[in-house]
Amino acid sequence: MIDKKTIEHIAKLARLHVTEEEAQEYSIQLAKALGHFEQISKINTAGIAPLVTPTEIESYWREDVAQQDFTAEEMTANAPAKAGNLFKVPPVV
Amino acid sequence: MDLTFASITDIAEAVKSKKISAKEVAQHFAKRIEALDGKLNSFTTKNELFLQEAEAVDARIAKGEDVGPLAGVPFGIKEMFCTKGLKTTAGSKILENFIPPYDATVVARLKAAGVVVMGKLNQDEFAMGSSNETSFFGATRNPWNLDCVPGGSSGGSAAAQAARLVAGTLGTDTGGSIRQPASFCGIVGVKPTYGRVSRYGVIAYASSLDQAGPMVSTVQDAALTLEVISGFDKHDSTTTQRAVPTWSKNLKTDIKGMKIGLMKEYLSSSLHPDVQKTVENSVESLKKMGAEIVEVSVPLSEFAVPVYYLVAASEASSNLARYDGVKYGHRAEFKNLSAVELENFYGKTRGEGFGKEVKRRIMLGTYCLSSGYYDAYYNKAGQVRRLIMNEYLEAFKKCDVILSPVTTAPAFKIGERISDPLAMYLNDIFTTSTNLAGLPGMSVPFGLSQEGLPIGVQLTAGHFEEQKMLNVALALETASPVKGKNPHVI
Repeated sequence: MIDKKTIEHIAKLARLHVTEEEAQEYSIQLAKALGHFEQISKINTAGIAPLVTPTEIESYWREDVAQQDFTAEEMTANAPAKAGNLFKVPPVV
Repeated sequence: MDLTFASITDIAEAVKSKKISAKEVAQHFAKRIEALDGKLNSFTTKNELFLQEAEAVDARIAKGEDVGPLAGVPFGIKEMFCTKGLKTTAGSKILENFIPPYDATVVARLKAAGVVVMGKLNQDEFAMGSSNETSFFGATRNPWNLDCVPGGSSGGSAAAQAARLVAGTLGTDTGGSIRQPASFCGIVGVKPTYGRVSRYGVIAYASSLDQAGPMVSTVQDAALTLEVISGFDKHDSTTTQRAVPTWSKNLKTDIKGMKIGLMKEYLSSSLHPDVQKTVENSVESLKKMGAEIVEVSVPLSEFAVPVYYLVAASEASSNLARYDGVKYGHRAEFKNLSAVELENFYGKTRGEGFGKEVKRRIMLGTYCLSSGYYDAYYNKAGQVRRLIMNEYLEAFKKCDVILSPVTTAPAFKIGERISDPLAMYLNDIFTTSTNLAGLPGMSVPFGLSQEGLPIGVQLTAGHFEEQKMLNVALALETASPVKGKNPHVI
């Protein structure tokens, strides 16, 4: 079981509000999932580099040319709140 | 021409040769969507401009222009793909009103090839789910049995295609999300090699696993669609610069002498008897067609599910950090707009915007990446992942293609597994290792359960060996005992 304090800590790191009910539920489920994950700890992986991208990536270079794909109006069109072409946020200081 | 069951190739040929207009084709499928989608809930947004798009295709043909290999073919696009001017929500409240200013590369390529986009298709929220029950827009139903799930996360695509509400669909596959719903709905679904298809404009879930692919009715249609969407994209540095083979032209049913691998580990797992029988029947068919069956082994595949969920949840927790209520998407109400605590602003917005399953995976991923746990979880999972891939590479020295079940059982009832996440995660036991190793995989319909639900078989090939996999799939399709069977809902 993952305790309430741990859930609160993870939720804070994730910038994610969870309700009391969710916290209770996640603590049980996370513990169960992590318990299941523990089984990989017994696999010997000494000296093995972790695999991040499963196929080869060929590097390529592109010309360093400035280009405009979108207008400021397009870039801010989905903003929940805006002032002109600026993203508007609540004051934080 | 029976438009409802016509192949993509036939529709495109008929449109190009002016036997039928793109507009008439689009109208036919629009009527089907109108009549049937109320039962399925496979569409989330309909493209109001579909007739104009179809007319534009007709106008180009009238001018003698080469419209492309998918001229006038109506497609449905999973919610996970950005579509210019058309709502793209990833099945989530947090993107409920998001209208992208651009098309995902794959969508742009489909449009350039002549496709008419009919609308967006339902999915599990942020592609997190194996049943299509976690969408903010409600569950999609399986057209073979409306009480059953269509599978997830590309369940909307699978249901719409199986019910022939469109002629082709696109899905994404992070841990089996194309192959599993394709199997549950009796269609063909292909997850190409990682790097074949651009992820630009595909809403990111787990970047090192996600890959887009076609979900269509035939192997030929799958090969053709895959050809259109594959290839290097300067917007996605993980796409390969290899040339795209002409898979659709090189398809053949002659598989004499090909080596089909059966994984020892799959054979010993507990399978639903109807799934077991379907796999056995497919093996017999392949033998009859002259293929050689060889036993291969990928011992670490038994750890694929925990490794997959560790990697996917960790990458998801990072990818989903972008939903902060500032630039787009849902923002929580802040009545008193005097100084608010920034963390509270983000936390409340995200807490309201994400559904339960997404939050669960963000929590899991954040935990696995947090200080003190990174090495034990994410790093360790990456190491095991390399070992799994190495075992596959060894296995492919002995065979051309591996055949396996897609899932342990046919489609289950809506609500049956949703309350037990771990049981749901274990559902992906046969599909996740393909994504971990970046291999191409697909599902081909080959059986029906006693209850009349479709069952697919899975084919997996080595990196960039899609042709071998598609050829075996075509051979299986030709011999399939369920060829021509359709869901009763249509």
